[in-house]
Amino acid sequence: MNREAYEAVIGLEVHTHLLTRSKLFCGCSTTFGAGPNENVCPVCMGMPGVLPVLNRRVVELAIRTGLAAHCAIAPYSIFDRKSYFYPDLPKGYQISQYETPICKGGYIDLLAAENGEPRRIGLTRIHIEEDAGKNIHGENASLVDFNRSGVPLIEIVSEPDLRSAEDAGAYLRQLRAILRYVDASDGKMEEGSFRCDCNVSIRKRGAKEYGVRTEIKNLNSFRFVEDAIEYEVGRQIAIVESGGKVAQETHLWDPARKETRPMRSKEYANDYRYFPEPDLPPLIVPAEMVEMVRASMPELPADRKARYVRELGLTEYEAGVLIADRDVADYFEATLPGLKNRKSAANWVMTEVLRVARDSGKSFVEAVPPAAEVGALLRMVEEQKISLNAAKTAFAAMVKSGKGAQATIAELGLAQVSDESAIAAACDKILAAEPGKVAEYRAGRDKLFGFFVGAVMKAMGGKANPKVINDILRAKLSG
Amino acid sequence: MASELNKLTIAEASSKLRAREITATQLTRDCLDRIAAAEPRLHAFITVCENEAFEQARAADARLAAGNAPAMCGIPLGIKDIYSTKGIRTTCASRILGTFVPPFDATVIERLRADGAIFVGKTNMDEFAMGSSTENSAFGPTMNPHDTARVAGGSSGGSAAAVAAHECLGALGTDTGGSIREPASFCGVVGIKPTYSRVSRYGVVAYASSLDQVGPFARSVRDAAIIIRAIAGKDVRDSTCSARPVPDYERALTGDVKGLRIGVPREYFVEGMQPEVEKSIRSALKNYESLGASTVEISLPHTGYAIAAYYLVATAEASANLARYDGIRFGLRVNAEDNIALYETTRAKGFGAEVKRRIMLGTFALSAGYYDAYYLKAQKVRTLIRNDFERAFEKCDLIVTPVAPTTAFKIGEKMNDPLTMYLSDIFTISVNLAGLPGMSIPCGHDSNNLPIGMQLIAPPFAEETILRAGDAFERTGAFKPRTAAV
Repeated sequence: MNREAYEAVIGLEVHTHLLTRSKLFCGCSTTFGAGPNENVCPVCMGMPGVLPVLNRRVVELAIRTGLAAHCAIAPYSIFDRKSYFYPDLPKGYQISQYETPICKGGYIDLLAAENGEPRRIGLTRIHIEEDAGKNIHGENASLVDFNRSGVPLIEIVSEPDLRSAEDAGAYLRQLRAILRYVDASDGKMEEGSFRCDCNVSIRKRGAKEYGVRTEIKNLNSFRFVEDAIEYEVGRQIAIVESGGKVAQETHLWDPARKETRPMRSKEYANDYRYFPEPDLPPLIVPAEMVEMVRASMPELPADRKARYVRELGLTEYEAGVLIADRDVADYFEATLPGLKNRKSAANWVMTEVLRVARDSGKSFVEAVPPAAEVGALLRMVEEQKISLNAAKTAFAAMVKSGKGAQATIAELGLAQVSDESAIAAACDKILAAEPGKVAEYRAGRDKLFGFFVGAVMKAMGGKANPKVINDILRAKLSG
Repeated sequence: MASELNKLTIAEASSKLRAREITATQLTRDCLDRIAAAEPRLHAFITVCENEAFEQARAADARLAAGNAPAMCGIPLGIKDIYSTKGIRTTCASRILGTFVPPFDATVIERLRADGAIFVGKTNMDEFAMGSSTENSAFGPTMNPHDTARVAGGSSGGSAAAVAAHECLGALGTDTGGSIREPASFCGVVGIKPTYSRVSRYGVVAYASSLDQVGPFARSVRDAAIIIRAIAGKDVRDSTCSARPVPDYERALTGDVKGLRIGVPREYFVEGMQPEVEKSIRSALKNYESLGASTVEISLPHTGYAIAAYYLVATAEASANLARYDGIRFGLRVNAEDNIALYETTRAKGFGAEVKRRIMLGTFALSAGYYDAYYLKAQKVRTLIRNDFERAFEKCDLIVTPVAPTTAFKIGEKMNDPLTMYLSDIFTISVNLAGLPGMSIPCGHDSNNLPIGMQLIAPPFAEETILRAGDAFERTGAFKPRTAAV
């Protein structure tokens, strides 16, 4: 199979919960983790006679997301009913937006890696809709939990601009970063608040027209999206190479078997019979509202990255790693006050801090010591009060104990000795004890310098300032 | 000898209650006694709420004793079984909701409760308000109090019959294509469909959301005005409900119609209309002229398309509105091997023939490939009909028409001919499509002593105009409605 002769054409539909306290059309709580059917009322249970009332905060968050993705915000949009029967869909229709989404067009730039080309991925639309409940299947019965019913979602639909599983992964990561930057979503895949459908087709490299696409439904982790695309592209190439035709189907990803399987047509072949929702007036978004939202927008990832390169002297790579997660970038900035060397702070966050976060299994914010304490630690290094190694030791201790930088340094006795007379005395002692080596050094064996430094450091219990040792030793040995 | 307080109007009862001449408990007892006597022949009620009603009456009496009670305090009402009533079975006259007890009150029910009104029971109707005769009720038809061999009209037939037969002082109905005005006409009572959005629809089981409107039945225009005032106005739970302030409608009842320009649409006096109906309307128009109003012929040229447009828009909306009756969360469930079979058997058993017919019609109209030709085109016709009225109201303040082409027809007469049945609403449907206020008031009898209704239509939110004109007609005494035979 000649995989190189083909290119994949991929478009993604991402559903994400919006971070609101109450549901899209009623006052019920959106809190995750409540007992079954605790966060419900007649409206989100679809009881006879109930009517929806639109949550204003949802509109604001959709506009924020749209502005962050360079979309046009529709001054007039309507809600539609999308009809299908499913036990978790209480009204028998979902209130969504069909022909007039609140956001149109727009794009997301995939931030370039070290040597990569920047890529612009077009967006088709972003629209508001309500989530359904959740079916829970037991041995003898199926139960439905409606806590999620009516939780606000936005669906973000990309153009078919992605060309590989890696592209898709990069797009999803960037999209999630944006959603988190604008406080629209927490992007928590594991709580079902971020879900993805993929449209995948292949074509001969260089071809203009699209191939027949399959839709892969309900992928709920970035890993699954990448794996599913990888698998599906391979499957389609194999079909075409063997002279077959790809069928337009809907597939489900089976993460256990790592393969996609087509759904029965009964499971997806719906005529949704969209029509305008008569219970909701048209959604009018005045220009002033858009401007108000725009004025409240935080700095976005791309702008932040540019600022780090321009003002802090970081490389594209460093800036890219730091801004990928808003919490990490905020953390990095909180370490900076009083520091001269921003680069060392960047390195510290990228290596030490991110490692701790990764290894902990907890969320970044929960896992790491307060940024101000790490800043204090780095200032002590800068002022040569402690060595870099001592700082690492102290940091590890701080992660465990939760104590501050000062207290940890004191407790572990990590403060560095810079007292020249004490260091000079130790140097004299070592040089006096090793007359042979001194003679060898003076005869030209430069490598022995390290031996003297080590010996002095050892004599000082490892706490001497290495720069001071160097200076004194050099002076004495050259004398 | 019974005191027959149930024969009082709301206005009379309200003032006697406040003067402490009568008690709400006496009034309620007389209504319930009348219900017990008349129901075997009428079947106006699906559920009679005797215990709840007496409890409400006792509370109302306490409030009346304390003084400053609202106009509706202590007034016994019938409530169409389409209103969600907390703790009281709400069936929509359907098997699928046969045992459904809602956990919440509709907004208008909440408002009436807060005012101290009394609910004597839930009235019969066509299933899910689909019908013009109350024969499409899973609980059996309601009989017309003037002739029990005839229909009460529909879909709010139970409410109209209950008011006509003095089983209660007033009642609530809903009107999607004539469901208040046509039964009011058939039973000889006053029925008003206010402007779309004037009254909250929250908690009123939806048939066709863009057409449904809540309204009262009463035995006088003044009584209807009192009820509307109590139920109308902004509701945060209904986004389509108007925030316009609610006027004191009783103040509009001046008796003065001098200078009022009454439009008479030529399209509403058609072939096949019962001659006595036309005669009654023409005579009422003469009455208005003698009171100083003027009449002018107008044209509503798109009238002929109204029924077709209505049956596309209403059924399309209904097909989605009735999707929630799936046997999963409430109401009837017929278990089956999988979800789809469960839906099919539950809905097959739960819905009656007319409801199924309309769900299928609406589903078809919204299907891929047909949407533009049916639903979208019907919406365009709707705009044309609205424009017709706008132009007409440049020439007049009020439009007067018959409510229905005939008086009440015989039970069973049209049940096997849905299209003929649909024509019963030919004069009322346009008003819903245009969202206008419309009222039916009794204006005559035919040779069988069956009531004839006159329809008064006004521009949006001009309820005061139709109330004033209706009240003025009542005051002339030109026509005195006969007491129902039952």
